Amino acid sequence: MAKTALQFRHNGRDVAMFVDGGTNLLVALRELIGDMTPKFGCGQGGCGTCSVLIDGELHLSCLTLAETVAGRSVETLDGMKDGPDLHPLQRAFADNFAAQCGYCTPGMLMAAKALLDRNPQPSRAEVVEAISGNICRCTGYEPIINAVLSAASGGRARA
Amino acid sequence: MARHRGRGIASVNYPVGMNLGGDPSQALVHSNPSGKFTVALSSIDLGQGMKSVTRQICAETLGVPVEDVYVDTADSDTGPHCMGSFASRGTHRVGNAVMAAAREARGVMMEAAAEELEVNATDLETDGRGNIHVKGAPHRSISTKDVAIAAQFKQGKTISGRGIFLVPLSDVDPETGEMSPATCYAHACLVAEVEVDDETGEVAMVRMDSAYELGRALNPRLVEQQLVGGAWMGVSHALYETPEPYYPDPGHGPRDFVEYLMPGPGDICPHDIAVLERPAPDGPFGAKGPGEMCANPVLPAIANAIFNAVGVRIDDLPITPEKVLRAIKAQGGARPQPRR
Repeated sequence: MAKTALQFRHNGRDVAMFVDGGTNLLVALRELIGDMTPKFGCGQGGCGTCSVLIDGELHLSCLTLAETVAGRSVETLDGMKDGPDLHPLQRAFADNFAAQCGYCTPGMLMAAKALLDRNPQPSRAEVVEAISGNICRCTGYEPIINAVLSAASGGRARA
Repeated sequence: MARHRGRGIASVNYPVGMNLGGDPSQALVHSNPSGKFTVALSSIDLGQGMKSVTRQICAETLGVPVEDVYVDTADSDTGPHCMGSFASRGTHRVGNAVMAAAREARGVMMEAAAEELEVNATDLETDGRGNIHVKGAPHRSISTKDVAIAAQFKQGKTISGRGIFLVPLSDVDPETGEMSPATCYAHACLVAEVEVDDETGEVAMVRMDSAYELGRALNPRLVEQQLVGGAWMGVSHALYETPEPYYPDPGHGPRDFVEYLMPGPGDICPHDIAVLERPAPDGPFGAKGPGEMCANPVLPAIANAIFNAVGVRIDDLPITPEKVLRAIKAQGGARPQPRR
């Protein structure tokens, strides 16, 4: 099958590649760009650990055709920290013991960032709603909810 | 048609590690010439905090800062043998092995320091900040780094230690039949409050209150995260998850997260936890560890709470709305029990 040329912005940097028809964004990110921060969990949109932001909006990269992000901006966990400085959400996750095995953490952080970017002072219910597409096996969600709330109340969440 | 509140209680007497003896784990500790220490383990940290807690145990036993200890669990082919991370055995079994290894390494370190300071090793103590000095004379001091360099390049000593924890096999007394199958026991008690909808059979968690006695909590924040997350898993086992609904027939088992249900962030409830510390005489610094006990009392407490709410006794997990509804119908309606 003929490959298609694809260009998009990946964490603020222009990237270009050739993709097979039907390649999903998760595969493009992990295997063609080498950004391993979005994880493969279920491959059918049920777990949320592959979540990325496309033009600031939360999407499941395993259900997104790579070709549909042509010319758009894709943000992953890899672009979240600022050099050696953790993003306030990442710092809050660490401080609140919001990660154990860590497999859901990339998706949780992206879902939380999508929330705080559009709603910097969310209620607890809004945080619960925002991460309800993401499955966590270890934490019981409580520490994750607390981490997002504490990052929000810290008022340091970047746009 | 109504929603009924019910409260249930369950207590657990939990043997730490595998029963009947055996159950070994090994640890190796050695220093680098930089004066930092490496703990080699095959025990796996799957998020529960094995690396953190063994690091603490090693640092405390050696008498060095926790920052000076690195725990390497990279490879079960090249690392010392471990039975594995299961049966709530990590902190107790592996911790004891690390403690034994660190104690042996500390002996060599103190001998090497004694040679440098020209004193008897029994007259030395560590300050926990990376120095070894003569008791009562802190100015007669040498850093662990300088001791490690001297051991490596001058004295020809390896500052290292081996540790294993092996439980003697539990023999049965031929006269009385008595035996002691476990080394130590942790304990828990949990009260679950639920709301059962007698029209749909749905069970919603209202709150949980628990007390856990797990020896000394070596890292209280890690203990808390285990108890919070483990209780969620208990709720999930009690009300949602099943790999084989027609067990032992594996048919109709769930294949993905659409069919394998788990409670989401909207299904959790407030959980108030009290941690009680009764140090175990045979635990590393008195620790038993939380382990599987985090989840265990939740299941019977919820089953009891459902009985208290609507008077049906479900003894088959998970307690799905269908099972609750069928049981309520079979007894001709909800029969709320006295509130407790």
